[in-house]
Amino acid sequence: MTMLSERQQLSYIAAQAADARLNVELETEGMTLNIGPQHPATHGTLRIIARLDGEQVVWAEPSAGYMHRGYEKLTEVRTYPQVTALINRIDWLGSFANEVPFILAAEQLMEVEAPPRAQHIRTILFELSRIANVSLFLGDLGVQMGAVTPVFMAFRDREYVLNLIEGATGGRFHPNFDRIGGLKDDLPKGWIDETRQVMKKLRNFCDEIEDLLFGNEIFQSRTRGIGVIPAEVAKEYGLSGANLRASGVDWDLRRDQKLPLAYDKVDFKVWTHPDGDSWARCWIRLQEVREATRIVDQLIETIPSGPVMAKVPRIIKVPEGEAWVSTENPLGEMGYYVVSKGDLGPFRVKIRSASFNNISITPWVLKGVYVPDIITILASLYFILGDIDR
Amino acid sequence: MVPLSDDLRSSIVDRLRADLGDDLVDVHLIPDVDLWVRVTASAWRQAGTSLRAAGFDYFCFLSAIDWMPSPYGRGEDDPSAEPAEEDPSASEIRQGYAGGETRFQLVARVTDIRRHVSVTLKADLPEDADGRMSVASWIPVHAGANWHERETHEMFGIHFEGHPDLRNMYLPGDFEGHPLRKDFPLLARMVKPWPGIVDVEPMPVSADGGDES
Repeated sequence: MTMLSERQQLSYIAAQAADARLNVELETEGMTLNIGPQHPATHGTLRIIARLDGEQVVWAEPSAGYMHRGYEKLTEVRTYPQVTALINRIDWLGSFANEVPFILAAEQLMEVEAPPRAQHIRTILFELSRIANVSLFLGDLGVQMGAVTPVFMAFRDREYVLNLIEGATGGRFHPNFDRIGGLKDDLPKGWIDETRQVMKKLRNFCDEIEDLLFGNEIFQSRTRGIGVIPAEVAKEYGLSGANLRASGVDWDLRRDQKLPLAYDKVDFKVWTHPDGDSWARCWIRLQEVREATRIVDQLIETIPSGPVMAKVPRIIKVPEGEAWVSTENPLGEMGYYVVSKGDLGPFRVKIRSASFNNISITPWVLKGVYVPDIITILASLYFILGDIDR
Repeated sequence: MVPLSDDLRSSIVDRLRADLGDDLVDVHLIPDVDLWVRVTASAWRQAGTSLRAAGFDYFCFLSAIDWMPSPYGRGEDDPSAEPAEEDPSASEIRQGYAGGETRFQLVARVTDIRRHVSVTLKADLPEDADGRMSVASWIPVHAGANWHERETHEMFGIHFEGHPDLRNMYLPGDFEGHPLRKDFPLLARMVKPWPGIVDVEPMPVSADGGDES
């Protein structure tokens, strides 16, 4: 059994008490609170229905599906190169990272490997999308608690990263840059110097956010000990990424699996936190942005020379077979189960997106919390609507 | 260099075989890459419990595959073109790794975080006389299977026994049909031909050709 801190135990007891109170005769009259689908805290259109007892939630159920676009069905009528244009839009803040596992799965089936330079640049862009994605989370975090300044800083500094992504790929949000066998293009001239500067700016941004937000007493009292998820529960629900590591599980797909990416060539730390509360989840993400800037710093110094595209046929047919590839995306484990029948397009693609699992824990974790904490817990779990509904 | 054997994954298969006996139907192992195990539908939950006891406590996903080739093709055909000749092998159901006998198969993936290894479980889903399919829910094994089973029920029409709440997630409650079944038409492609087919039109002739009007 996982060791629980005193704070965690108290929040469990509170949750149990809320459950029990419904059964006693002196029950206060409950009410049902509907949040969303249009609500600033839902980052899109997630609706939450909560049954309240006084100020406490006794039962909560998120209702997704307001943005279902049926990508799994659509992939069945697309060719492999066309699929990347779709899956860019799953997690729209870290688009490039969505493309990588799908392309790797197709490459695994075709037994093609991208040249080392392409693998390297892929990893750089992957980490840049992580920075672009998670830095917005850090800014947005303040807004959920009434602090407006951090979000302006986040939008200001994210812009530098988006400019880098745009410089390399031509697209700010939907790069569609990854190809089976490599990348569409090489890096433009001067990009590496620019990146070096931007990474410094982003580290400053992290320091600023840490001072402003993480050192703030209000922020701490609203997140510490709130929404505790023990490691066993987190694994059972398939939580991944920072949410899992904040519960003390040392698991990072960048480090723990062999993929043709350049992570084995860099030295980076996988941060974990034992508490499992909202604060831990936010703190882990802050550290991960820092770590990502360090990974980019190391990678841009060691880009190997050579082509960025392997020799692949002009018309891509993927041999019959099945492949599963998942990567450590900004939101967590994102994977594709690709079934090929030797056609121009996939036979079936199961998209395992991180937010779907991350949000499926909300009925469990929201039980027994107070109404204002619903917002901070949801914010700390961090989801992108497109990543839930797909 | 691909190693010819994979002791870790073989030991997982041995352990599963000891627990499940004849309910473990088939195994597909690509050394150092991945492992597929097919079990019978009646042993679906037992296989999950057994894997969980063996250390696979991280739930990755659960879904299904419809192995019937789509009767609508890939939706890229020119509707004005003459129908292609019937290819009998085109409508044949061929299952993937670890084989199978039924049109629908369940797929689930669990991971052992300590040993850095994952297993993809599959199970054949026999249809009863009315075409219904049913299997034991995985919620007692992994609580996270809840939403995945709801999604699979909605998209493929597979019933999960013991699931408390198989409401639709995405579609309206009274929606008829199961969209990810291959015989469910993708209406967008039915009402309007795929714009990609304009690619086969001849390119306009250059400026001096005078064909651009």
